Amino acid sequence: MRTIEFKPTNRFTVLLTRLAILFGVLFLWWLGTSQKWLSPFFFGDPLGVARRVVEWFVTGSVFRHLYTTLLETMLAFAIGTVSGLACGLWLALNPFLAVVFDPFIKAMNSMPRLIFAPIFALWFGLGIWSKVALGVTLVFFVVFFNVFQGVREVSPTVLSNSRMLGASSRQLMRHVYLPSATSWVFSSLHNAIGIAFVGSVVGEYLGSEKGVGYLILLAEGVFDINSVIAGILVLTVFALVLDTAVSMIEDHLLRWRPVAGQTVAAGA
Amino acid sequence: MSTAATCSVPLASSETRVREALCFDNVTCTFAGNGKNAQTYTAISGGNLTIRDGEFVSIVGPTGCGKSTLLNVAAGLTRPSSGTLSVFGEKLANGLNRQAAYLFQVDALMPWKTAEENIAMGLIFHGTPREEALAVARDWLERVGLHGHGKKYPHQMSGGMRKRASLAQALALNPRIILMDEPFSALDIQTRHLMENELLQLWSFDRKSVMFVTHDLEEAISLSDRVIVLSAGPATRPIAEFDIDLERPREMSEIRMTQRFLQLHSQIWDVLRGEVLKSYAHNRI
Repeated sequence: MRTIEFKPTNRFTVLLTRLAILFGVLFLWWLGTSQKWLSPFFFGDPLGVARRVVEWFVTGSVFRHLYTTLLETMLAFAIGTVSGLACGLWLALNPFLAVVFDPFIKAMNSMPRLIFAPIFALWFGLGIWSKVALGVTLVFFVVFFNVFQGVREVSPTVLSNSRMLGASSRQLMRHVYLPSATSWVFSSLHNAIGIAFVGSVVGEYLGSEKGVGYLILLAEGVFDINSVIAGILVLTVFALVLDTAVSMIEDHLLRWRPVAGQTVAAGA
Repeated sequence: MSTAATCSVPLASSETRVREALCFDNVTCTFAGNGKNAQTYTAISGGNLTIRDGEFVSIVGPTGCGKSTLLNVAAGLTRPSSGTLSVFGEKLANGLNRQAAYLFQVDALMPWKTAEENIAMGLIFHGTPREEALAVARDWLERVGLHGHGKKYPHQMSGGMRKRASLAQALALNPRIILMDEPFSALDIQTRHLMENELLQLWSFDRKSVMFVTHDLEEAISLSDRVIVLSAGPATRPIAEFDIDLERPREMSEIRMTQRFLQLHSQIWDVLRGEVLKSYAHNRI
């Protein structure tokens, strides 16, 4: 008889164990709520949540909200990433400005920026742009700090070598600074996806007329806990999809990197 | 044995071919320390030395004596506090030494580019079209014995292969001067002898000027035309130089057994030993 080996390299057993954990938790949840150990009023129940998700997609009522939230998230993600990248490169290569701006950036970063949501709602109205603005302020700093760090961590030998080979400052930017910062950028992008969703949903929660955050707010207003959980689940799935997309781009762009045995930027 | 030659480029001879590839004239390098009670550190003081066109010169000295600083000055990466460096008779006032290629002690290949891209980068930086530069790079891959490894990234290559790629990267630009900072110190002894043989072979084609920094006296003698000994730091300066009259072409593993080699070795070691002991005593305090 063959015994199952629990090795991290065995993809089959890893997948099987993951599914077992997932369905185990779902089963306990279902068991708890159906046996009334947990009140379904406060904890919902898995079948109700599943029914709600199916209903949303079958009737198509969720698409309008999902589209709004995804659009806000993608815009916040794109704008925040590009501006964070640009500012990070600019400040890292400009030591004077880096020193000048240092206290302001630290202050901006340690500020609880979610509190900007009402201000942005006043400035940009209740449409998507107030949510995008909130998402950008969250994404920007994560990317900015990683790029800033990444540029400063460029190996001085590689830099000297490229200069000796005759690289101009533009060529240094393109062939040395940017590729070197890429691994840092990507480690920040994984975080950025998550917090771009936070920006959109919190923005919608505080004032909007459509979006998954709005949907959750409505459901909470009538104590429909199943819809709240369904909304969270749908958002999670889409965040995972985007994260996977980032991973795929990352694997392509960072194919020069050794697969194992190297630690590059554990997180933001 | 003669004392270190001072630089003497007669002004009149500037029209004729300048024989000095590199000439350090009274070079002093003082570094600012950091911290509250910062002390300045003088790495090199009154450095006078000359590397002639087509000459292979090794610089030996105790560890931490400022050999790398001297190379950085030659490359234009470090500006001397006082004194000047002339490259083929012209003073290097600012910027990098455009006549020189630099082979670093540690890996300096761009990890995000393949071996052939790395070798081609110098040409690409200088405006050669990419395809053309890559063709030259492939040619160099073969010359340094990396045929078929052009598509590999640095982390996929062994230390010796990376060194070969670095060597090709430096030589692909066809520089007139090559600066080397203990390039083979990280390699195992067999690979090292192979690389030294190959370096001499490549060098013998067109005899570029080489400034080779090493702490390994055997390596210095077996490769060079001339060996310069530096004093222990701080305030390092050249204290002696030896002409190496061993015949070329040389075979690394054999030349070290010859009588003349051993003779030169003991002569130079007599000078170097004193400095090594001084450096040791200084660092222990």
